[in-house]
Amino acid sequence: MTKEEYKKIVDKHTPKVDHIKSMSLAFFVGGFIGMIGQALIDLYSKVFNFTVKDSGTYMIVTLIFISSLLTALGFFDKIIEKVRCGIIIPITGFAHAMTSAAIEYRKDGFVLGLGSNIFKLTGSVILYGVVSAYVFGLLRIMIMGG
Amino acid sequence: MTIKYDNVYVKDTSTVVGKYENEGPLSKYFDKSYEDFYMGCDTFEQGEIKMILDSIDILLEKSKTKKDDIDLFISGDLLNQITPSSYAAEKLGMNYMGVYAACSTSTLSMIVASSMLQSKKIKNCICSVSSNNSAAEKQYRNPTEYGTPKPATSTFTATGAASILLTNEKTKIKIESVTIGKAIDYGISDVYHMGAAMAPSASYTIATHLKDTKRTIDYYDLILTGDLGVYGKDILKDLLKKEHNIKLTNYDDCGCMLFDLKRQDVKAGASGPTSSALVTYGYVINEMKKGKYKKVLLVATGALMCPTMINQKLTIPSISHAVSLEAL
Repeated sequence: MTKEEYKKIVDKHTPKVDHIKSMSLAFFVGGFIGMIGQALIDLYSKVFNFTVKDSGTYMIVTLIFISSLLTALGFFDKIIEKVRCGIIIPITGFAHAMTSAAIEYRKDGFVLGLGSNIFKLTGSVILYGVVSAYVFGLLRIMIMGG
Repeated sequence: MTIKYDNVYVKDTSTVVGKYENEGPLSKYFDKSYEDFYMGCDTFEQGEIKMILDSIDILLEKSKTKKDDIDLFISGDLLNQITPSSYAAEKLGMNYMGVYAACSTSTLSMIVASSMLQSKKIKNCICSVSSNNSAAEKQYRNPTEYGTPKPATSTFTATGAASILLTNEKTKIKIESVTIGKAIDYGISDVYHMGAAMAPSASYTIATHLKDTKRTIDYYDLILTGDLGVYGKDILKDLLKKEHNIKLTNYDDCGCMLFDLKRQDVKAGASGPTSSALVTYGYVINEMKKGKYKKVLLVATGALMCPTMINQKLTIPSISHAVSLEAL
């Protein structure tokens, strides 16, 4: 039997994923987290009288804190199972990835365990985030002159 | 390749399981269960060592055998350098042989033991396998607390340790023959579809066993695969029909039996070397003693998967070894 023939058999018995459903779910959950973010900015800027720029920073810190706490308490992976990628793509997912790696490797020691592995999942995000920041920064200088 | 034996018997078995396995339909067949993935130890890996040691303590007590009478301890698991097995062996102080065939380690260990028992080089041999869901997740996938949407074809590594005591003394159950499998790769690279990666080797081993022994499929009361899961089962049925014109009957998959797939969220079923071992050493052997099954063919299925090779874009080979059990 060739690999192509086998692939046909496998495909026949593999359930199809409903991408439209997953994507719309992710869209609405992601949007909802955006709404919470905006509500936090409004709260910090209007009630506590911080500048809008500072409020944005506090909003990020708050979301990171909540997702890290939920990860440590063991709820976050269960939420992802329900709402899928909508909660992974925003800052909440980044915090979750770092905290889960930190918890996992803490027992292998502070330096060789936690220290070496905390960026295991998020290392690529940081690396390519920095690289693309350079690229877009250069483009901005070339097109807009700074 | 099939080898027949006339001098290898099953004296007793023991099984220890995690929380989810104990909430499944076979819970009454297990000897002991734990509340979490640590088993009272500091880490998942050390918990797995404890499970192996506990299963051996229970086995020695159940079979009224002294530790000194065990000539050889054969064990395997999923972690790098089969660490839990080797550390347990150090604590036990028995002659030790570590084996690895991914999730078909259970049958591989029985094949090695049976061949030595048959040649009368040894008299009593314990074969163990273990896996700990959290330790396996940590090594093969992501940190345990990291959530990621998993497809319906993904499986859940079973937690537990299972041991079997094989001997020359005549008992109610014998190991009649074994078939050694081949490493086969049909080009599957999806790590969340192990059933598809392993079905080709199960198909080869079942067909070869029947051909070598000149038997038909209905010779067996029960044919079991290790951990193909719901979708892998259908793929195997289709594949055996197309490749070898064999219609699978009296067939089930241990991965689908260990958990209640409707009630427990394990997607396509259980996986890991303990999937086949917990179901066989717990449920099947006990039911054979009671007379429900006379002839059982266990085909443990193993995906020889390594994350490094997957990253290097290679596909997943698989291996299946079969053991034929007969109630006397």
